[in-house]
Amino acid sequence: MTETKSITQELMEGERICPVTGLKVQRDAENLIKINAVMAVVSLLIGGIAALLLALTRWEAVHILPADLYYRFLTIHGMNMLVFWIVFFECAGLIFASTIVLNARQVAPKSGYLAFLLMLLGWLTVNYIIFTGNVGEVAVMFTAYVPLKAHPLFYLGYILFAVGALIFCILFFLNVYNAKREGSHSGPVPLFTYGIAAAAVIAVFTLIHGALAFVPVFLWSLGMIENIDASVYRLIFWGFGHPAQQINLTAMVSIWYLLSYLTVGGITPSEKVSRTAFLLYVLFINAGSAHHLLVDPAFGTPWKIFNTSYVIYLAVLASLIHCFAIPASIEIGQRNKGYNKGLFTWLIKAPWGNPAFAAFFISLAIFGFIGGASGVIMGIEQINMRLHNTLAVPGHFHGTVAAGTSLAFMGLTYYVVPLIFRREWLSKFFAVIQPYLFGIGLTIMAISMNTLGRLGVPRRTWETGFLNVPNKEILEMFVGIGGIIAFTGLIIFVLHTVLTLIFGKKLQGSDKPTFPQVAEPSTSKAPISGTLVLALTFFVYLVVMVSINWYWLSRVWEVR
Amino acid sequence: MALQKPQENYWEEKVETSEKLAVTIAVFICAFMFSVMVIWAIVGKQNPPQEAYKIRPSTFLERAIAFIEKYKVGEENGIPIVEAPPNVDQYIVGRMFQWFPILVLKKDQTYRIRISSIDVNHGFSIQPVNMNFQAVPGYEYVLTIKPTERGEFTIVCNEFCGIGHHLMRGKIIVK
Repeated sequence: MTETKSITQELMEGERICPVTGLKVQRDAENLIKINAVMAVVSLLIGGIAALLLALTRWEAVHILPADLYYRFLTIHGMNMLVFWIVFFECAGLIFASTIVLNARQVAPKSGYLAFLLMLLGWLTVNYIIFTGNVGEVAVMFTAYVPLKAHPLFYLGYILFAVGALIFCILFFLNVYNAKREGSHSGPVPLFTYGIAAAAVIAVFTLIHGALAFVPVFLWSLGMIENIDASVYRLIFWGFGHPAQQINLTAMVSIWYLLSYLTVGGITPSEKVSRTAFLLYVLFINAGSAHHLLVDPAFGTPWKIFNTSYVIYLAVLASLIHCFAIPASIEIGQRNKGYNKGLFTWLIKAPWGNPAFAAFFISLAIFGFIGGASGVIMGIEQINMRLHNTLAVPGHFHGTVAAGTSLAFMGLTYYVVPLIFRREWLSKFFAVIQPYLFGIGLTIMAISMNTLGRLGVPRRTWETGFLNVPNKEILEMFVGIGGIIAFTGLIIFVLHTVLTLIFGKKLQGSDKPTFPQVAEPSTSKAPISGTLVLALTFFVYLVVMVSINWYWLSRVWEVR
Repeated sequence: MALQKPQENYWEEKVETSEKLAVTIAVFICAFMFSVMVIWAIVGKQNPPQEAYKIRPSTFLERAIAFIEKYKVGEENGIPIVEAPPNVDQYIVGRMFQWFPILVLKKDQTYRIRISSIDVNHGFSIQPVNMNFQAVPGYEYVLTIKPTERGEFTIVCNEFCGIGHHLMRGKIIVK
């Protein structure tokens, strides 16, 4: 009896109760969330500065970087944004979803710190070698296609980082298991944790593919393996590279549900349907790796069609379900607050001055209309012939990972800083304008890139002046201007966050932060007619866009 | 309610009509998009080629050089210009940082063009018609292709292949 008591007391000392959500916050979990979040923001800053330079280089009238620096910064940008910023943030999310949300403690905190150290080491190694190495040895891009050979340290850093992230995934599952075993949580987990669990499952097989791709290549770069098949590498790499983005997708969708709850007190219309959608992600989304291999020699048509469609579009179906359920959850929350008139009063009267809500909704809209739609189109086996490796590819994923995932993460950060770091935001003004700047900038940039790609402009190419493309200069100018606006949004986010962490007013004990507001949870369901109209509009838009792209395909040379 | 655990009976809860409707339409859209892709693969005129072979880069280069020597009709900046009849397999080689030879084709004739790379991955991108294929070392990709317009077409490399990547170009002339 006394022994149990002392353990409980020990636990009590290492935790606090969140005055806003009433959740128990355990110190190790909190610290792990903090250090991962800080590294995420640092990576975002590095990747962001590189982004600005790249946008101003692709605007060829400005052409700010020389060729070698362009390719070096392209690698820096890809690694820091696509890998470091996002994965550090997701590790913070894994801990949050498996401890604080479940009222539970972090198991084996030391292995958590070890995992973080490994990731930090990998981060240092990769950034050190890309910044200082011989450009011919390090500018190999995020994809590092064999037989383009990088410095061994590049692969080593990649592997160390992936191992660290894998440990966090394992700790996530142990945390959930332990929460149930110790009784701090019983019954089904909340939807947010369920979604993050789906992301963690995807992360495990993604990271295993990463190891399968990079460990042999690391040995090859050291001269211990003589030959690696270029096509096999592409297949296995994309078993890592593409699902890595699906972890982002799944984490982002989970965060959307969470933000709908926090910002307007939203209720998911049907837990059953939304959870089934997450399950569809887990089962089928890995097949999307084939998107990168649709015009490769080594794969046949049935293989390509089966996989590129995520097995008859079952993972797309999941996204279309979320595309209804998430706005619906906002609508229910808002109607419960009394915004009940007509179809769209709930949307017009939404808390647009709450940066978490603005970031959430803009991210949702851009992800659907630009990122998601262009992705489905690009993933059609035949249409891919017109888009493979063109600027439309980065145009697509700046609509998904940049405007979608990154902006959703930024939105969540507006709650993480006051609730986890316990600091009041320094400036309401900068918080409020930031999501709009970032979202508008990326919209302009992504639409221009998608258009340039459809006109044949290649990605990852320093100079394309030899191409005779209509309106090329104007579209490139929009890439540059969009880039500048988005960068302004990004740098405001980074500086505001960092300065708030240092100088923001400290919240003590049971002080409640004043901004942004956490909404009262809704209690009852409400009609979801407005969302139905929105969803149907999106469906029509999707079908029209797909049809236009089929038409464009039918105009090119015959090939089989 | 993303932060709370659901009601115990959440699996039995009825799904609202509007959500049912949205999901049903979504299922139809998915089935439709999939069917179009399958039908196009059978009857469509633009499909990614299926014919490919494993080949040693050195062997591919040898065959390409034999082809060039046999059908060479000229030279432009040191790159051979080749005009061969449509019933002969054509070759285009990618290497850092050039596509060669320059092919001369006739409009509305069907050709078999064998493309590959002899060093790293390259992107075979015909502009401005904008058709893109991957050239992977160790594999030759046979494009059965029918140019339907006349003119000079640039082959751009659109897979990053090294510091001179943006200089890598080739040409197809359709008469």
